[in-house]
Parts: sequence; structure tokens; C-alpha cells
Amino acid sequence: MALSTLILLPVIAALILGFLPESRKELVRNVALVFALMVFAYSVGMYFQFDPSTPRLQFVENRSWIDAIGARYHLGVDGVSIFLVLLTTLLTPIAILASYAAIGERVRMFNAMLLLLEAGTLGVFLAQDLVLFYVFWEVMLVPMYFIIGIWGNSERLKATFVFVLYTMAGSVLMLVAIVALAIVNAQNVAAALSAPGAYMGYVSFDISSIRTELLTGTQQIWLFAAFFLAFAIKVPLFPLHTWLPLAHTEAPTAGSVILAGVLLKTGGYAIIRFCLGLFPEAAVVYAPYINTLAVVGIVYGALVSLVQEDLKRLVAYSSVSHMGFILLGVFSFTQEGMTGGIVQMVNHGISTGGLFLCVGMLYERSHTRKLEELGGTATAMPLFAGLFLVITLSSAALPGLNGFVGEFLALAGAFSNKATRWFSVVGATGMILAAAYLLWMFQQAMYTTKPGVWVKRTWGDLTVREVLVLLPIVLSAVGIGVYPAPLLKPIAASSQLVLQRMNLRPNGPIHAIPSGVDDLATTSPDLPEASR
Amino acid sequence: MTTAIALIPFWPLLGFLINILFGKRLRSASAYLAIGMLALSFLTSVAVFTRFVGDPASVLVPLFSWMSVGALNVEVNFLVDQLTVVMLLVVTGVGTLIHVYSVGYMHGDERYSRFFAYMNLFAAMMLVLVLADNYVVMFVGWECVGLCSYLLIGFWFERPFGSGTTNDAARKAFIVNRVGDFGFLLGVFLIWTAVGGVSFQQTSSAVESGYVTPGVATIATLLLFIGATGKSAQIPLYVWLPDAMAGPTPVSALIHAATMVTAGVYMVARSHFLFDIAPFSQNVVLWVGALTALFAASMGVQENDIKKILAYSTISQLGYMFMGVGAGAYAAGVFHLMTHAFFKALLFLGAGAVIHALHGEQDITRMGGLRNRMPLVHGTFLIGALALAGFPLTAGFFSKDSVLAGVYAHGDFAVWCIGVLTAGVTAFYTFRLYFLVFSGSSRDEKGRDLHAPASSMTSILLILAILSLVGGYVELPFHILAAFSAFLSPVVGMSSHEGIPELALMTVVFLFVLGGIGVSWAWYGRREQDATALAAEPANPFLRTLRRKWYVDEIYEVLLIRPIRWTSRTVLWRVIDEWIIHGFLVQFCGGYLWKAIGFVVSFSHTGRVGSYAFGIVVGVLVIISLIAR
Repeated sequence: MALSTLILLPVIAALILGFLPESRKELVRNVALVFALMVFAYSVGMYFQFDPSTPRLQFVENRSWIDAIGARYHLGVDGVSIFLVLLTTLLTPIAILASYAAIGERVRMFNAMLLLLEAGTLGVFLAQDLVLFYVFWEVMLVPMYFIIGIWGNSERLKATFVFVLYTMAGSVLMLVAIVALAIVNAQNVAAALSAPGAYMGYVSFDISSIRTELLTGTQQIWLFAAFFLAFAIKVPLFPLHTWLPLAHTEAPTAGSVILAGVLLKTGGYAIIRFCLGLFPEAAVVYAPYINTLAVVGIVYGALVSLVQEDLKRLVAYSSVSHMGFILLGVFSFTQEGMTGGIVQMVNHGISTGGLFLCVGMLYERSHTRKLEELGGTATAMPLFAGLFLVITLSSAALPGLNGFVGEFLALAGAFSNKATRWFSVVGATGMILAAAYLLWMFQQAMYTTKPGVWVKRTWGDLTVREVLVLLPIVLSAVGIGVYPAPLLKPIAASSQLVLQRMNLRPNGPIHAIPSGVDDLATTSPDLPEASR
Repeated sequence: MTTAIALIPFWPLLGFLINILFGKRLRSASAYLAIGMLALSFLTSVAVFTRFVGDPASVLVPLFSWMSVGALNVEVNFLVDQLTVVMLLVVTGVGTLIHVYSVGYMHGDERYSRFFAYMNLFAAMMLVLVLADNYVVMFVGWECVGLCSYLLIGFWFERPFGSGTTNDAARKAFIVNRVGDFGFLLGVFLIWTAVGGVSFQQTSSAVESGYVTPGVATIATLLLFIGATGKSAQIPLYVWLPDAMAGPTPVSALIHAATMVTAGVYMVARSHFLFDIAPFSQNVVLWVGALTALFAASMGVQENDIKKILAYSTISQLGYMFMGVGAGAYAAGVFHLMTHAFFKALLFLGAGAVIHALHGEQDITRMGGLRNRMPLVHGTFLIGALALAGFPLTAGFFSKDSVLAGVYAHGDFAVWCIGVLTAGVTAFYTFRLYFLVFSGSSRDEKGRDLHAPASSMTSILLILAILSLVGGYVELPFHILAAFSAFLSPVVGMSSHEGIPELALMTVVFLFVLGGIGVSWAWYGRREQDATALAAEPANPFLRTLRRKWYVDEIYEVLLIRPIRWTSRTVLWRVIDEWIIHGFLVQFCGGYLWKAIGFVVSFSHTGRVGSYAFGIVVGVLVIISLIAR
């Protein structure tokens, strides 16, 4: 019940908010914060009971749900998802706390949306059934749509339009693929049990009941493509990224934090869980193309960040660059690379979430995000400058801070595999460019005094509330950077399991994989029991 | 012993933490805290040194496992051997002296405690770099000293510097270093894939047992050396160091002369087992060092900023160190590293005293006549200048001689010639600086009302002057004494100087040095100089090119920075991102598709969300019917 409680708690909180009077804004905020903190505390408690030595699913809940179509209520958490769950429960209270001053209208609904978003995201990370996963995937979309559409900036309608256009395009494809997969799988199972006519009885959406080894190469290729497209849009992978700068610039601070910090991770997570977990041969076939796009994204996102004039757009494009490292690490098919990719997901959530928080704090004082209108802030706000710098450097992957651990492992893993070595070399230039655009950003926002624009800043330094918002970010950045072992152990174990299931040597080069994918389907026809 | 070693970088780190959190409340005590912490590290280092006098075995201090995934295992362990000890003594010793000097120099600064916090952080990270037992932890120190360099170059971020601000210089330093770090990182990856580990001991034993082919070693060492050209300011990545002079002078002395910039030399010496089986890389190191030495010296000839002259001399002397380690004379390279730390720190701190006295003036064309008015600064600066020029019997003489002898013994006559020529140019520009600052009479009004240096500053100058004089008597030519190379030999081995005409070589070098000083005296020391004539753009095109630093910054700007910015802005952002992907594919195609669907569906439904649901259902049904047949 632990995982159900985790998902339900924010939903209950959102409902309770509905009974509070809208006029008592402070009370609404405090209640929302307390509940979000409770969820966080609950997830931390869960983490301490989590066994890092086993790579398998834990806290599993598996009961019947929609028997008519064979969908099950199946939840579970493993090394791949545990820290993404913690990231979600950490960033939600931070986002709520960060919105105390910024959001003054419809406070009740805003906080309820953040909590529902949390529930949806947690469901995505925990669901082990395709239909359940899809439901949560769509649930996640709605609150985000409202957060941008209601509390966003002037061009919010355009942003929501593009956001929905992109994500729905992916979702529809994924839904089709989910249904197709369940049916194809049922047919395969029925055929293996020499009962080809009665396959409808074997239809199941439970991930564990999908017999990957029975899928033909062609089936894998098409299903992978449909799933991957939906997830790649969320990541976002170049060239499917143009919704991101728009959504970020229009979203309120809390929306940007959750969007960059958590929502993007659902894409990367789902790629590992579904694309690699269900269609390993197709993953190997697509890997060179995906790695190409990942590396192009790293360099492209960084170069475009370099010339941005809007602070939020700059951070948004930097996300495109940073998310490239994740896919590069994952599709290196090495344990180091995949672990690095997953760690990078967590780290990107912390550092980019932190960057958006800083941008928000600056915006609340200056009411501008234009770099040319900012500057000269470091003298007036030394404390803010210090914390902002740590977060900037964490994003720039300075060793000793969190960003380095993920990028180093992802690049090292990709380098160790001969097939992805050159991708790693090109991707590593992203670290040079990251220093270039991030330090440029920091200088323009904090140091340079531009004549005629702002002569002397008189803004106050951070309030206690703002310090409390940034402190968890900074502490996690330093903590993970200095001592990442608690993260690495479970993530590495689960990464190895993912690779083992793909039937690849955990550290081996992928050219050992046969190139003809079609003949792989004929192996291991031993299927004694039906899937449910 | 092991706990004491583990605490060496911890003390300054603790000083940093206390100062960054509570520095404002500590006021002037923050400086004493910082000094005390680093002095503790120095005393520990001395204790470690005495241990090594009797017992040559290296000490490994295991701390904790940092990143352990699959075949990659990075442990935070400290390795102390003779090479480490030399670096520890230089970093903590010279570092403590410069911390003490800073008390006077930074007096009254509004971010006084912040300055000492950063200096302590730098010392801590430099010590991590030096103590690391593997390439990844070394890289942590390597990048973090770069961060401290960034913070301290831009310490006075409100101040203009050149055509921009000090922060432009700081940013340039960090980014150029990142270019080098790119190479370093790939080198580490390659070593890891070839060796299966990243520690120095694993790598060296893998080399010994033949697991590392010369080809891999060559590529790995070249990649590592790219890192060294960044950190140690060699061609082509030296461009950040002259600009780094935007920082306070004690920073220039500590980070950009005595310690951080020598990290590349240390790294090459530390990786000698790889370089030893990669002669091509050794030659690259040798030649890059030689060419950088001469090239940087040439730029010192026409520079008028007192700190930038010293910066060019630093680049040039680092070139000598690389000549040494590139020729396999590792002990000679490290020897020059040590003496250079003494005399260059002395020169920078002397220059700081001059700048301090002249209320911030850094232009030597507006100085002059300080010999009698600041006798102590003058005397110590002269000692530093003689050591830099390699004048006989100073510390710089012995170490430079040792490097050049090593190069000659290695059989690189051409490189030796470049080294000798550079020695002459060095003597020339060093004494141009000396004469313009100290001889004649003051060429500017600021010189009339001197700001006397604090006694804490002058006492440090005296100590460093003594070290610049006697610091070389640990290694003497003609086989008289080889204490330094013998001490290092358990780590890097002994290089033989047998059969080279040492006296003749030394005489040639001495003649060049004397010639340089002589020409300098004839042009600048013999008579009064005119400030406007000195500052004026030289008519001679060659000298003008030198004044403009061979236009390298301009070339980088035109060939690299502008094309990258133009491509990013115009091609990638405006055309590809906004027009093609977003404008055409998404908004035009996607939008029309959307409208078309909406138009069709609107016959039965009105709302957009509703139409979507309908579309989904239809689509799913179609697909199911197709697949289920």
C-alpha cells in the first residue's frame, strides 16, 4: 500500500484544498506545503526501507483492475525510479514554497494543480502496467496545461497550444502502440502455446507479461518507434524540442521548475523502462540514430543557449543540451553510461530546477528576464549571488557538485563502448560550451552593470522563505557531488538488470549483437503458463 | 601519519567554510584564521617531508569510494611520494607567505573575509590536486582550482579591465581552461578503457606489464597534454593568463605564478610512466614548451603593464618547465617549478608593493625612480629579476641550467638553442621592467606621494628574496650536488647528464643573459626615459606586432568566437530552430493538420478536447481492427 498512499496523498491534499476558503491564501499555501512535505517525508521513509542491493521491483502492489481488457493495477519501484520519485516529492514542496509571493490569484487551484501534477508524475514513475501508465501519463498533462494556461505570461495560449500539440501527438501514437503491443503479445503467446485462435484470452497490459523474446524484429521496430516518439518529445530530443523554450518562458516559476525538474524525466525514464525493456533488439538498431540526435542536441542546445537574450529561454535550451547526455549514456548500453544517464536525470532536475528558481527570484524583483536589462545584482544580493553561483556551477558540471557525476559517467560509459566512442568525444564538447553559456548568463544577470539601464540595485537580498527554497537544492547538489554512492549503488544494480534483460554484456561493445533482428524472435519458446 | 596527511587539504577547506559562512562577523580575524589553517597544512607537510628523508617508500591514504559503477571504480585516496612532498611544500609554504602578505595588501577591502575564504578554498583544492592518487580526483582539484581562479580574477567584479570588466577576464580563464579540460577528460577515459582503472599506480603497472600499447599511450598523453596547455597556459591556450592579471596581485602571485599554473607540469611529471613510452608526445611537450617560452618572452618585450610582463614571463618559464619534463628530465622541470615559485612570487609581490605604493598604477611608462624611495622593495625585486633572468648563483640560474642541460643531453640541439635565445630575451625584458620602474626619476605625479607598504608585506618580500637566492643550492652543476634529483628519483628516476660540455653550455647561456641585460641597460637604464615615447605605438612593424601580442586574441576572435556566435544565432537559432522546425514543421504543418482534423471532426463535435477524445477512439479502433485482422 505504500506506493498507493504516496500517489493518493497529494490527491487527497488537492481535494482538501478545495474545501478551504479562497480568501485565506496564506492558509491555503501552508496546507498545500504541509501536505507536500508529508509526501516528501513519506517517500524518504520509503527510501530508508528500500533495499539497494536488489535490482528488482520493490513495494510491489499487483491487483486486478479492469479485467475486461486485462489491465492491472500494478505498481512498483526499483533503482531506476526510486530517485526520480524522491526528486518529484522534493521539488513539489519547493515549487509550492517558491510560489508564495509570485502567485496571488486562484491560489487554491494553483496549489491543487501542483499536487495533482505530483500525483500524476509519481504514477508514471511507479506504474508497471501499460494502461495504468498511460492514464497517469495523460493525468500529468492536464495540470501542466492549466498551470501554463492560467498563471502563465502574455503568450501563454500559444505556449499551451504548442505544448498540447506536441505531447498529444506523442500520446496518441503511444496509445495505439500500447494496444497493438498487447494484442501482438497475446497472439505470440497463444501461438507459442499452439492455440492461435484464442489469443484474446491472453491480452494483458502488465509489463511483466509482455514476452519480449517472442516479438519479431519488425514488430519491435514499429512498436519501438511509436513509443520512442512519445517519450522523445517529452525528453525532449532534438529536433522535437521547440515546445520547450516556449513552455518555459510562458510558465510561472513553479511550472518551469516542475516541467524541467520532473516532467522531462518521465520521457527518459519511460525510454529505459519501455523502449529498452520491451524492445531491446530494436533499441540496438536505433541506437546509432538516437545517439546522433542526442549528440546533435547536446551541441545544438548549447550553441543556441550561447546566444539567448532571455534568461528563461537560455535555461530552456540548456535543458535540451543536458538531456542529450542522458540519452547518450542510456544508449551506450554500458552499465556506467546508463547509470550516468539516470543520475543525470536526477541532477538535471536539481540544477535546472534550481536555475529556474533563481530566475524566478530575480524576476520577482526586476520584472524582466532580458539579460541586457539585468546585471549589477551581486553587490546588492551577495547571498543570492553565492547560491545562484553554486547552482550555475552544478549545471556546468563542476567536479564536486552533482552535475559532474552524471555527465562523467554517461560520457565515460559511452567512451568505453567502441560503437559510441566518437559520440562521447563530440558530446564532451558540450561541457566546454556549458561553461561558456552558463558563465555568460551568470555574468550578465549578476555582475555586469550596464550604463543607462540600472545604475544601482536596491533590491533586498533573499528572504528566509527564499533561502529555504534554495537551500535543499544547494545541499543536494553538494551532497550528491561529494558522496554519490547512495545513488549509484541502486541505480547501477538496476541498470545492470536492464542490460542483462537486453541480453547484452553489461560492459561490452554492442557490435557483438547480431545485425539481423528478424531471426531473434525464434529463440526461447518455452512458455508454460499464460501470462495471467 | 595517514590522518595527518588526510587533514592537509582539510584545514584550508575548514577555513573556507568558516570564512564563507561567518566571515563578516570575524572581520580582521578572518585573515588570521585563513593563515592559521594553511600554516597548519604547511607544518604537516614539513613533518611529512622529514618522514621521507629517512624512508623513501610512498604512502597511500585511502579515504572513501567516490564513484563505483561497473568497471569504473574511482576512489578518493591520497598518494604521498617525493614528488607530492615537493609540491606540498611549495603550495603550503609559498601559499602561507602570500596569505600573510595579503593581510596588508587587502586591508580595508569591503569583501576582505571573502577574499581569504576563496584563497583558502584554492589552497584546499590545489592540495587535492597534488595529493590525488588517480586521474579523476586529480581532475576534481584541477577544475576546482580553475573555479577559484575564476572567483579571484573577478574578485573586484565592479572594476573595469581592458575593454570589459574583470569578470570578462575571469570568464575567459574558465572557458579556455575548459577547452583544455575537454582533452584531459578524454585522456582519462582512454586511460580507463586501456588500463581498467584510473589510479596512477594501476596505470603505471599496466604500462610495465605491457597492457598499454605505445599508440594508446601516445594518444592518451597528447590528450592529457591538451589539459596541461590550458591549465599551464601554453600555446595555443595561453591567452587567458595575461588577462588573469585582472585579479588582486596576491592572487596573481599565488595562483597565476607559483602554484596553479604549474599543475600541468606536475601532471606530466606524475604521468611520466605514460610519457616515457610515448616519445612522440614527449617531443610535442618539448617543442610546445620551447616555442611557448620564446613566443611569450617576445610579447614581454613590448608590454607596458607591470603585471602583464610578469604574466608573459610566467608563461615563458612554464615553457622551460615543459622543456624539462618533455626531455625526460623530470627532476629538472620540477626543480625549475620550485625555484620559479620563489622568484616569481617575489616579483609579483614586489610589483604589488609598487602598485600599492603608486595608488594602483600598473603602467611602467608612468613609473620610474623608485630605487631610492623604496629601497627594500627595490633590493628584493632586483634579486627576483636576477633569478628570473637566470643570473649566475641565483636559484633561477641553477634550475634553468639544469633544464637546458637536460634538453641538451636528450639530444635536442634546436630546442636547446631556442632555450638559450629565450634566456637572452628574458634577461632583456626583465631588466627593461626593472630599469623603467626603479631607475631614473618618476615620470608621473602619483610617484610623488608614495603609499608605504605594510611591514607584513615587506617581511614576506625578504623571506622570498632569501629563498630566491639560496633555493637553488639543492642541485648544483658539475656533479657537485644532486640532492633534489636524488630525492625525486624514487618517483621519476634519474636522468643522466654524462658527456655533455656543461661548462661550455653554461657559458653560452651566461653570455646571452649578460647580453640581454646589457642591451636593456643601454636602451632603458642608461638615461632618463620619456613617458609618452615609451607609451607610443612603435613605428617598427615588428615591434608593433609584439605590442599587439601577435594579434592572437584578434585572430581567435575572428576565426573562432565570431563564427560560432554567428552560426549559433543566425543559422541554428533563427533559421533552423525558429523557421524550419518551429515555424514550418510545427506551426504550419502541425497546425494545419490540427485544423484539418478539427474541421472534419467538428461536424459531430464542437470542443477541441472532445474532438481529440473522438479522434483517439477512432484511431485506436482502426489500429485494433488492422492488427487483429
